[in-house]
Amino acid sequence: MRKVIHRKLSRNLLRLSLIVLLAFTSSLSAQEGDPAKGKSLFNANCAACHQLDKKMTGPALRHVEARLSDEEGLDREWLHAWIRNSSGLIKSGDAYANKVYNEFGGAAMTAFPQLSDDDLNNILAYTAEEKKAAPAPAAGATGQVAATGASDGISNELILGALAILFILLAIGLYLVNKTLRRFAAAQNIELETETGRTPLWKAFVQNQFLMIVVAIFFLLTSAYFAFGFLMQVGVDQGYQPVQPIHFSHKVHAGDNGIDCKYCHSSARVSKTSGIPSLNVCMNCHKSIYEYNGETSAEYTKEFYDGEIQKLYKAAGWSDADQKYTGESQPVKWVRIHNLPDFAYFNHSQHVTVAGVECQTCHGPVQEMEVVYQHAPLTMGWCINCHRETDVTVKDNAYYEKIHAELSKKYGVETLTAAQMGGLECGKCHY
Amino acid sequence: MSSNKKYWKSVEELNENSSIVETLKQNEFVAEIPTDEFLGNKETLESGSTTRRDFLKYVGFSTAAASLAACEGPVKKAIPYVVQPTEIIPGVANYYATTVADGFDFASVLVKTREGRPIKIENNTLASTHGSANARVNASVLGLYDSLRIQGPKKDGASISWSDFNAETTKSLNSIKDSGQSIVLLTQTFASPSTNKLVAEFKETYGNVKHVVYDAVSEFAAVQAFQKKYNKKGLADYDFSQAMTIVSVGADFLGDWQGGGFDAGYAKNRVPQNGKMSRHIQFESNMSLSGANADKRVPVTPTQQKLALAKLYSLVTGNNVSVKGLPEHVETAVKNAAIQLKKAGSKAVVVTGIQDVNAQTVVLELNEYLASKAFNSKVAIKTKQGNDNDVAQLVADMKAGKVGAIIMSGVNPLYTLANAADFAEGLKKTKLSIAFSMKEDETSSHTQYIAAAPHFLEAWGDVEIKTGHYSLTQPTIRPLFDTKQFQDVLLKWTGNSASYSDYIKTTWNSDILNGGSYNQALHDGFFVKSVVASEEVAEEVSETEESVNTFSGAAQALVSSAKSKGIELSLYTKTGMGDGQQANNPWLQEFPDPISRVSWDNYLTVSKADAEELGLINRHVATGALNGSYANVTANGVTVKAPVLIQPGQAKGSVGLSFGYGRTAGLKEEMQTGVNAYALYHNLSNVQDVTIEAASGEHEFACVQLHNTLMGRGDIIKETTLEIFNTKDKAHWNAMPVVSLDHEETPVTSPDVDLWDEFDRSIGHHFNLSIDLNACTGCGACVIACHAENNVPVVGKEEVRRSRDMHWLRIDRYYSSDDTFEEDNAKKEGFSGLFGDNGSLGGFGEMEHAADNPQVAFQAVMCQHCNHAPCETVCPVAATSHGRQGQNHMAYNRCVGTRYCANNCPYKVRRFNWFLYNGNDEFDYHMNDDLGRMVLNPDVVVRSRGVMEKCSMCIQMTQKTVLDAKRDGRVIKDGEFQTACSAACSSGAMVFGDINDKDSKVAKLKEDNRMYHLLEHVGTKPNVQYQTKVRNTTEA
Repeated sequence: MRKVIHRKLSRNLLRLSLIVLLAFTSSLSAQEGDPAKGKSLFNANCAACHQLDKKMTGPALRHVEARLSDEEGLDREWLHAWIRNSSGLIKSGDAYANKVYNEFGGAAMTAFPQLSDDDLNNILAYTAEEKKAAPAPAAGATGQVAATGASDGISNELILGALAILFILLAIGLYLVNKTLRRFAAAQNIELETETGRTPLWKAFVQNQFLMIVVAIFFLLTSAYFAFGFLMQVGVDQGYQPVQPIHFSHKVHAGDNGIDCKYCHSSARVSKTSGIPSLNVCMNCHKSIYEYNGETSAEYTKEFYDGEIQKLYKAAGWSDADQKYTGESQPVKWVRIHNLPDFAYFNHSQHVTVAGVECQTCHGPVQEMEVVYQHAPLTMGWCINCHRETDVTVKDNAYYEKIHAELSKKYGVETLTAAQMGGLECGKCHY
Repeated sequence: MSSNKKYWKSVEELNENSSIVETLKQNEFVAEIPTDEFLGNKETLESGSTTRRDFLKYVGFSTAAASLAACEGPVKKAIPYVVQPTEIIPGVANYYATTVADGFDFASVLVKTREGRPIKIENNTLASTHGSANARVNASVLGLYDSLRIQGPKKDGASISWSDFNAETTKSLNSIKDSGQSIVLLTQTFASPSTNKLVAEFKETYGNVKHVVYDAVSEFAAVQAFQKKYNKKGLADYDFSQAMTIVSVGADFLGDWQGGGFDAGYAKNRVPQNGKMSRHIQFESNMSLSGANADKRVPVTPTQQKLALAKLYSLVTGNNVSVKGLPEHVETAVKNAAIQLKKAGSKAVVVTGIQDVNAQTVVLELNEYLASKAFNSKVAIKTKQGNDNDVAQLVADMKAGKVGAIIMSGVNPLYTLANAADFAEGLKKTKLSIAFSMKEDETSSHTQYIAAAPHFLEAWGDVEIKTGHYSLTQPTIRPLFDTKQFQDVLLKWTGNSASYSDYIKTTWNSDILNGGSYNQALHDGFFVKSVVASEEVAEEVSETEESVNTFSGAAQALVSSAKSKGIELSLYTKTGMGDGQQANNPWLQEFPDPISRVSWDNYLTVSKADAEELGLINRHVATGALNGSYANVTANGVTVKAPVLIQPGQAKGSVGLSFGYGRTAGLKEEMQTGVNAYALYHNLSNVQDVTIEAASGEHEFACVQLHNTLMGRGDIIKETTLEIFNTKDKAHWNAMPVVSLDHEETPVTSPDVDLWDEFDRSIGHHFNLSIDLNACTGCGACVIACHAENNVPVVGKEEVRRSRDMHWLRIDRYYSSDDTFEEDNAKKEGFSGLFGDNGSLGGFGEMEHAADNPQVAFQAVMCQHCNHAPCETVCPVAATSHGRQGQNHMAYNRCVGTRYCANNCPYKVRRFNWFLYNGNDEFDYHMNDDLGRMVLNPDVVVRSRGVMEKCSMCIQMTQKTVLDAKRDGRVIKDGEFQTACSAACSSGAMVFGDINDKDSKVAKLKEDNRMYHLLEHVGTKPNVQYQTKVRNTTEA
């Protein structure tokens, strides 16, 4: 059996390579499509359900045209018809159309009547491209960067080390010179002056009571200052950067891919809490994004990121192989980073929707954070400073019209700060 | 009662001569404490390596180390949904319309849910069907999180699965059916069209089925009278907003009379408009809410009530009924009432609470005669359907062993029946007994099966509260436990695979909606069928003719039935506890009764004269708490030992005792308070002839108000009569206090006499709360709403006794010392010198005693949010400060607990957290378990020990309103601003709003002539206003 399979396999392989060759040559000779344009079209229209090399909601599409013509004897016209109106084709009773339709669980493909022949050809040209070899050059590039970085470090250390050795040599030299001179003096019977009779400086210092008191006061004040500083930072967790159960990179999502914060943290618009997105929000995209193809580094490799996506699949109960939910989900226990005490009331929608404050104002450059940390101290002083300095956005808001006109007249200012609107009152945040 | 029990610590105590008992009395420890062993041996003590200094060092070090280590914040987890329901946004509340129908209370309500948890019940203002959420309904949300709820079905005390339950019970039901024995459904009043249909189907399936409807507190006489007269089931509907003269004979229609819910209509005409307001005359024996609100209250015993009603009937209709034995003053009062009724004609209404068919018939006839607009016999209230005869028959049948199976739902007969012992005996003789219950209560713990029932917030249902007015109950949370409702199981038993929710939908679509949208009805929570009125007009004509024939017969029968022997006991329901099904609710236990101001208890109310005669006393102990004697109350051979509360206004020769207390099963030990009055509820008659004698012992009351009278302080409650109000100037009846400035009288509100500069509050919002003393009936719904909204802790009986109750909002009740408050004021003004007849020393002492039939006034008092607040100036840490919107803020985390503010507050509204009331086993109420804490409002912080707290004027609600408006970019309309209390107030007594919005209701009320501030002369300039109470004392 095994052998047979092998033979079959090798035969298939042979055939496949032949097809590839053919397809390649045909596409070359035909000069029909622009793979670059095709790529952008593919990403815009098809990528939600199709990948080139992986079965998703729809079939894998690399060399689809060649495969179809080879296996099913279907031509490009058929493909055009299918893409533009698959359900029409199914209804017309086309055998292969029905077969594909049933194979993918009766999910009809979205019709794309707006795509021109050229567009379709471009897309097909893109699908006909050979699979690129692993992103070795990219890895190499980062490797080089790392190497240069390392060499910088080494040179610094070298210079420091050399300097240290130099100083040590100098010190030894001076000592030796001193010793030699003393021996020389002893040999010459020159008497060296010895310091006598004067109280040492430290003793004089200790005996001077005034100085001692001043120093003691200074010392006490300094330690009080530091003690105060220490105690004031108790409970302030600025920079708190816990390890999360799933390595969710805000850098990749909000930074590299430019996803709006409020796309996932949607309740920040209407609620007091910004809301940690539920896993179904993640799966909106990650149903089709099953692997990471962005920049990588030594620490955060592609394998690492892909592993994290697998963790998400496990939590959400998504079987990537079957493209189905298993129903066995487990909620993710994220570690909360920004912890306001219970007695402080904070409302996201007030700041995000009404005031139009950028998320980054309080949360820092989240789009650059591989691992999120607490950017702001979240102390009351910090809140109040901002309320003192920030002007209230009143434009096009009927609520503010009257109060703003009256208050700005009262205070004689053009724009009002949050503090002037009453944003410093205790009861606005503590109840 | 409990304190009277003798507890045996060991059998040894039974032996009177035991030496060890004597020894133990003297000494706590049986054996000597072996101090010599470790102190006597000096050597070992000295050779020990740990010296005292070392010990202190270690303690010091470990304390310091522990506190430093504690500086590290704990790791907090945040766990989002896997799939977030689309309707839930964390941090945003959802509201669902549903209906309470627990057999005692029926009301359309809105349920506020946060993150899927119901946390508060509010009025469904859209549904004006009947009544609104009272104190009990407001508190019912806490019942959902009752830690003693049973978590799944049980059989003989052991858990059983629902599938086994269904299989076993269906099998036994079938075998009972085959044996020909009867199956009885003993239920509360459901008033549910779908349940009725379902019960009919059940009857069809099992043949010999009897459905007995049982109301723990019966209105059967009224139901019978209505049935007899109109040949319809139900109770007549009353709309007191149509009545200008109201005469009530023993009907507490502001309480739970005939299902309650009449207070909103009543309050409408209590506020003087165009110089007119309604006149309310009350004849009653116990001091009830209605009596307290009446313009004229005549204390009469239950027997005299009957006579008075017959007399009234004879005077109004002209049918001669000979009535003898009425005291002269009562007779005069009845005559005057009759004249006023006749004068008011169709704008008059008579109601009675006498549980007597004749009395109820007389009232129906009277209202027919008067053609009262407030009286509506075409629309019948259906919330009281209990049939006392059926219940009595059932108990007899059960005892005789004629009942094969009994299935109970929403009832607790072993607690609520006077002949509970007979019922228990009968229960043992049934082959199958099932109780649908949320608890292992008195009854369900004696049945074979307990079918774990859901709370109404987890269940489906429908109610026809009155003819044509339908309401829907929908779940607001997924069932917390493994529960199934009665109707779902009925469906299973009848072999129907549909769920009850589908069943309701089908019933509504086919029978009720007339093509209306079910979803709309579900969204609104109610549906009113418009065709009802026209359908029934035809019937009416023949009825009136018929009723003329029965004239006067009932009245004469009433007179002949009025005989009494000795003291008469009137059993009543308290505003807080009702029929007692919510006895495990700490909010309701701590809710002070509006009349007696006693929490955590029921008691025998006795008139002062009777108390003196019987040697019963009430006294204040050193802490100021109230203690009272016990009395043995005996009726029909049953004796109940109850504490005595001397109640001003109680008719001499009558006593009162409330239902709902004295429960023993299915509730925490702390809640097992009071005595069970149902034991005296013989034949479900609320009036019993009793003998009373003083008993030993002294009862400790937890009373939140120790001073009963106003002592002539007319500046606290301003009061006047309608006549003066109409004819005289404001300065006469609502004078602004003045102070002397350069020997000139200057009003205290003048800036010239103010210690402080006025802060400009004309910009932005400026909140005011107006409380109308005329419209406030004292119902207390606001008190519970405040509890629920603001996470107010429950402190327990002992702490209340120490005056440490935490109510942010209290309703003070004052009695007059003379017959009226006016006379009190005059008396106080008339004092001259300390001694002598007119001396203030003796005079004030006298004024402390309430009159035998005092005038009563209610006054809701919460933080007055003074613009010049005395509390703010004395806080050493500026924890309490003023916002420009008028609210007095309290920053709990800043408070260090000096309590200066509370001492400097002239209104005594600040509350101090003497203990940690959450997560503390010493205070084992809802905040001590995870389940109970689910009711907490996440927008309001839970206060810790050692901080002061008080009414915040629901700043979280005003802030929310402002934020919503900002987000929508719109101007706020009047009525959007609410506080928990103003939203709960259905009588319109509390109006909240922004006085800078000149068109708002509250701004207009501020300019009203009746407006005054509490203790105006202190100059605190409060943001809470009161509207002077006006009484309609116009006789005839």
